[in-house]
Amino acid sequence: MTGTALELAASIREGRATARQVLEEHLALIATRDGELHAFNEVMAETARAAADRVDAAVGQGQDPGPLAGVPVALKDNLCTRGVPTTCSSKILAGWRPPYDATVVTRLAAAGALVVGKTNLDEFAMGSSTENSAFGPTRNPHDPSRVPGGSSGGSAAAVAAGFAPLALGSDTGGSIRQPAALCGVVGVKPTYGAVSRYGLIAFASSLDQIGPIATSVDDAALLLEVIGGHDPLDSTSLDQPPPDLRTQLDRGVVGLKVGLVTELTGEGIAPDVAERTRQAAAALEAAGATVREVSVPSVTYGLSAYYLIAPAEASSNLARYDGVRYGLRAPGAEDITEMYGATRAAGFGPEVKRRIMLGTYALSAGYYDAYYGKAQKVRTLIVRDFAAAYDQVDVLLSPTAPTVAFELGAKTADPMSMYMNDVCTIPSNLAGHPAISVPFGTGSGGLPVGVQIMAPALAEATMFRAAAVVEAAARDLAPAVEVA
Amino acid sequence: MSERLSPEVVAHVAQLARLRLTDDELALFTGQLAAVLDHAADVEALELDDVPPTAHPLSIVNVLRADEPQPCLDRDEVLAMAPAAEDGRFQVPRIMSEDS
Repeated sequence: MTGTALELAASIREGRATARQVLEEHLALIATRDGELHAFNEVMAETARAAADRVDAAVGQGQDPGPLAGVPVALKDNLCTRGVPTTCSSKILAGWRPPYDATVVTRLAAAGALVVGKTNLDEFAMGSSTENSAFGPTRNPHDPSRVPGGSSGGSAAAVAAGFAPLALGSDTGGSIRQPAALCGVVGVKPTYGAVSRYGLIAFASSLDQIGPIATSVDDAALLLEVIGGHDPLDSTSLDQPPPDLRTQLDRGVVGLKVGLVTELTGEGIAPDVAERTRQAAAALEAAGATVREVSVPSVTYGLSAYYLIAPAEASSNLARYDGVRYGLRAPGAEDITEMYGATRAAGFGPEVKRRIMLGTYALSAGYYDAYYGKAQKVRTLIVRDFAAAYDQVDVLLSPTAPTVAFELGAKTADPMSMYMNDVCTIPSNLAGHPAISVPFGTGSGGLPVGVQIMAPALAEATMFRAAAVVEAAARDLAPAVEVA
Repeated sequence: MSERLSPEVVAHVAQLARLRLTDDELALFTGQLAAVLDHAADVEALELDDVPPTAHPLSIVNVLRADEPQPCLDRDEVLAMAPAAEDGRFQVPRIMSEDS
């Protein structure tokens, strides 16, 4: 049987279905269709079967196997799984088996979830289309000639194709929300520090955050409740209990103040996406919220600031791939400097090299103040402008991505045009705020459109309430998008 | 295209980043990095002398745990994943020449 995570877990816990049976049906679907889509780098059929049998044994003995009992979950392949290859879709980590599990993986297992596989991504999460994978692109389940978005394109495609009702991604500048929008599923970037990053392979540490991808807002809330909360293994983890989201989910939006972000709804946004965003605002208003336009002026500098800050942090984080402790080492080098240069030349793909170069430049003597230093000050402006906006409204609304899914190859020759995909999602990462993308009807070509709801730090419960209203309105708006 | 970025500067940055680039990559990246920096000119042009920088969304500093022994990674499991290991240590190519 298939269904939402909540439906599947309820069936399994109440003995109406077995975890093994649910798993086998999902594995069969993966076997049928993932050859075409390439959502997975690795399918973990045997370990998932063993986990399913443990869940079924627990149910048989009258024990509680957890809130995600027997629910298949797909993991982005930059989350460490002990003994299971974790590649970041990079040749430099091909074959590496981590000696530990990410905290989110431990928490999924404790909740009874079944990890069915590791999903494809843009190499080291750098990209917006999943075309930067060293193992080939992922395709969009709604139209396989198009990209699924990125960098968590494998996770979003896996959920959209029904390979798993839940997936985890990571979001540094939109890498959960943008692919969720392009694949017609829900994607959440939590508040920075709300989910432990222990075992998430770092791209830009001050921006990275793990979050859920799901077919419904309720499922996404459940998954965030399972993975959230303090972890002593991550020193940037907030000292907070797991969030309480689902008890407040159906409270509606009467009296809620919603701001439509002026700077993210005009120039650069395709007409079909802009129209859906206005309709989402109208739906919130019809449900009792007050909606007004709000200006967040400095977000127009977000893209430039992000493409200096994120590469700067990446150039430092990726210095560890030097052929010494793990992964690839280029053979035949005479000395260690030659080994470093040859290993990194052979192991990294073009986009990763480009960002390491950009970040190294932005941090180098003579350019630091003009680029990295300036970008950090813009980050302050964005934090201030958001604070001013949230003095007036409770949540902000914008499109998630400027367009629907584009064709494979359409933007690979011009990095700057690819970077523009992140214009609406980047500001939340720079501020450390939560944001969610909710599917809201279709646009050009019948392809999914996502709208984004942003909220202040730790205001996830309010954000999810608004998301639930938008989701309900989307059901009335148009029939569910059929997956080809 | 931006004049701020010459192939010589790009080659120097590649050296700093320990990336051995081909001539083709060097030419490609010189153009592409210049395009990104041209876009960043909007930020470069801002007057921000009075604005403090933000390095991180959280204000927490120096998070420490109690200084008590805790389990750590298994050495053999870690070294089994290394490109080369010997006697419980990572093995690397020569790091100094004979005359240094």
